[in-house]
Amino acid sequence: MAVKDSRSSSGPQTAGSPGPSRLAHSGPSARVSLTPAGQETSTGLTDAVILTKLDEVVNWGRKNSLWPLPFGTACCAIEFMGVISSVFDLSRFGAELVRFSPRQADLMIVAGTVTYKQAPILKRIYDQMCDPKWVIAMGVCASSGGFYDNYCTLQGIDKIIPVDYYIAGCPPRPEAVLQAVVDLQGRMSSRKADL
Amino acid sequence: MSQAVQHAWADLASLRQHLGAGFVAEETMGSLPVARVRREALRECLRFVKEDPAWRLHQLSDVTVLDAMQLRDNERFDVLYFLHNLVTNRRLVVRAAVPEEDPKVETAVPLWPAANWGEREAYDQYGIVFRGHPNLKRILNHREFVGHPLRRDYDIYKGQWLSEADDLTDELERRHRENPERLADLEEGETMLLNLGPSHPASHGTLRNLVELAGETVLFAIPEIGYLHRGFEKSAETHEYNQVIPYTDRLNYCSAISNNVGYAKAVEALCGISVPERCQYIRVILAELSRIMDHLVCNSANLVDLGALTNYWYLFNLREKIYNLIESVTGARLTNSYTRIGGLWSDLTEDFVPHCRALLKEVEPHVKDTLKLVARNRIFLDRTVGVGAISVDDAIAWGYTGPCLRAAGLEHDLRKNDPYYFYDRFNFDIPSGHQGDTYDRIMVRFEEIRQSVRIVEQALDQLPGGPVKADYPLSVMPDKTQTYGNIEGMVNHFKVVMHGITPPRGEVYDWTEAPNGELGFYIVSDGTMRPYKCKVRPPCFYVYSSFPKLAEGGMVADGIAILGSLNIVAGELDR
Repeated sequence: MAVKDSRSSSGPQTAGSPGPSRLAHSGPSARVSLTPAGQETSTGLTDAVILTKLDEVVNWGRKNSLWPLPFGTACCAIEFMGVISSVFDLSRFGAELVRFSPRQADLMIVAGTVTYKQAPILKRIYDQMCDPKWVIAMGVCASSGGFYDNYCTLQGIDKIIPVDYYIAGCPPRPEAVLQAVVDLQGRMSSRKADL
Repeated sequence: MSQAVQHAWADLASLRQHLGAGFVAEETMGSLPVARVRREALRECLRFVKEDPAWRLHQLSDVTVLDAMQLRDNERFDVLYFLHNLVTNRRLVVRAAVPEEDPKVETAVPLWPAANWGEREAYDQYGIVFRGHPNLKRILNHREFVGHPLRRDYDIYKGQWLSEADDLTDELERRHRENPERLADLEEGETMLLNLGPSHPASHGTLRNLVELAGETVLFAIPEIGYLHRGFEKSAETHEYNQVIPYTDRLNYCSAISNNVGYAKAVEALCGISVPERCQYIRVILAELSRIMDHLVCNSANLVDLGALTNYWYLFNLREKIYNLIESVTGARLTNSYTRIGGLWSDLTEDFVPHCRALLKEVEPHVKDTLKLVARNRIFLDRTVGVGAISVDDAIAWGYTGPCLRAAGLEHDLRKNDPYYFYDRFNFDIPSGHQGDTYDRIMVRFEEIRQSVRIVEQALDQLPGGPVKADYPLSVMPDKTQTYGNIEGMVNHFKVVMHGITPPRGEVYDWTEAPNGELGFYIVSDGTMRPYKCKVRPPCFYVYSSFPKLAEGGMVADGIAILGSLNIVAGELDR
């Protein structure tokens, strides 16, 4: 029986949906019998080989080792400090290894207000990140400018870079950031790996 | 008229005599004396009050401009200098009218180095030209910006894109010309330019420093700010007085309630509202908890920059506990918006006092654990002792207030020197350092955490009962029991919601001791429901302007340690 092709499922998956667990431990649905019926042995290939798709393996690896680049500019950056510290502990979701070099990161978390003065910097740093990459707009300022509707504030980072996930709140609670990472992971497992 | 103002007026006579025709009028701004002078005499006036032994106003607190185009018909601008003597605690405001056609005054940079950034901001936001200023260029807005956004006729929604960040070569070349000796022994191409920030783990968000290095030694450091300039002051002019409070949260977002209190106190001074005792006590308690949180963030991030990550986990756990307590009262973790003009959003929760007492007991062990790890740690000492030192006199001249000033050795704290909100009823000490180096700044903050605990404990002991809102119909939102209970309450509620509060025409400059130092609000009312002008005196703005002085000549890694210890919070710095 073939492994389910998660691309065919409709909509983004949530964490906890089947995927990585099936790869790591050969559950009944993932096991493929290579020997004729009735001749199975305990040392057969079935215990050593897992058949899956390359896309799934790669996605599984990617989503469980996200390296975020916190583009923290303002208040949300302080809440992001809360997200990665002990109480909320983003490392439970494999995304605690914050990198400040865009070359080493694949998840940009824009935490805070981006102004017109900051915009060229944000664009350049986004461009320096290697594909595949994802962007979370944390908080209303990054999402839409928030209540800073004025002469110096960029009205949402999606004016200059693509955004995968918007988090509401000013600033969002840490749980909302965790939810965003988990949702994004679910979505990542359902895409083509683009190797 | 208070005694302090009377006393100052006596001295203004000597100033009037000295300036002769250059002196225009004696005025007052709340409790502050104001000397209005002709702009030709402005520089001489500033020099006189700085050097005259009767005044000795050795600190320039702030520089700003008032665009009076809707207030009067003659000269459009007023340039204002807020001066302060930290020892005698006397203040003076010097102001001079400047016409729109020829908006020029002489610079005060030779008198106070702090004037450098203050005047740059006045130039950037209002277009006032300061003759003789060494580096008069934009500071908060970007280099391609056209116009001056805080002029009253600039449209708030008119955003302007920037194509590329400033490479700062003009400032670097100017510094080369000023200090040729630093490059004397070096050959062409032997130095290296390095951008620290604005997106850098140790740049705390949005600070940028262009440094020129010889090996690892910093020859020149050029800070560039404004990456988080999000228009607080312009936004405040388009919102009602109470609607500005959420914006104040986001000035120093590490300690939002301190800003709420500072702003509300200033507006109340403008309106002549005195808030009930219980309200003042609660403001003290929450502001001191905010101070603890602010110092925790500053020190823990500073230690991370030094490579001591463990302390960050310890201290942030404590911060989370304070978050939980404050959230139980205000409903928000970080941006609380707790005060209202004339009171508070709500009273404390019933179980606040026991929870707060339990929390206070946890502070000391956390501080102790952290100090055990760092206080006698060889690496920590090598990285901090003697690094980025500044003398008291320099600190005053550069506009230092708060922990950074106290670290330099001056025991100045507005809570002690100019007490407000019953701070004179509490028994607490002002910690101070010896050398003004990074070590002192960190240790002063740790000690202030302990002192804040003492203050909160005493405030909880003394906490009186009663209402948390002043009873000022048409200015302060009434209790819900009143709103739903009688017709006056309902009318009052309706008026405050629909028409806002309308302070009388006038001006005020009011200050509190925020975690970073003197947080001042200069608010101008034209009698409508929105502030005509709302200028913040951000404590870290002036501290950060001295960064080149602290960092140049040291190692690049020391620059990181210094930067962390100054506690530059971008929201407050850039507003």
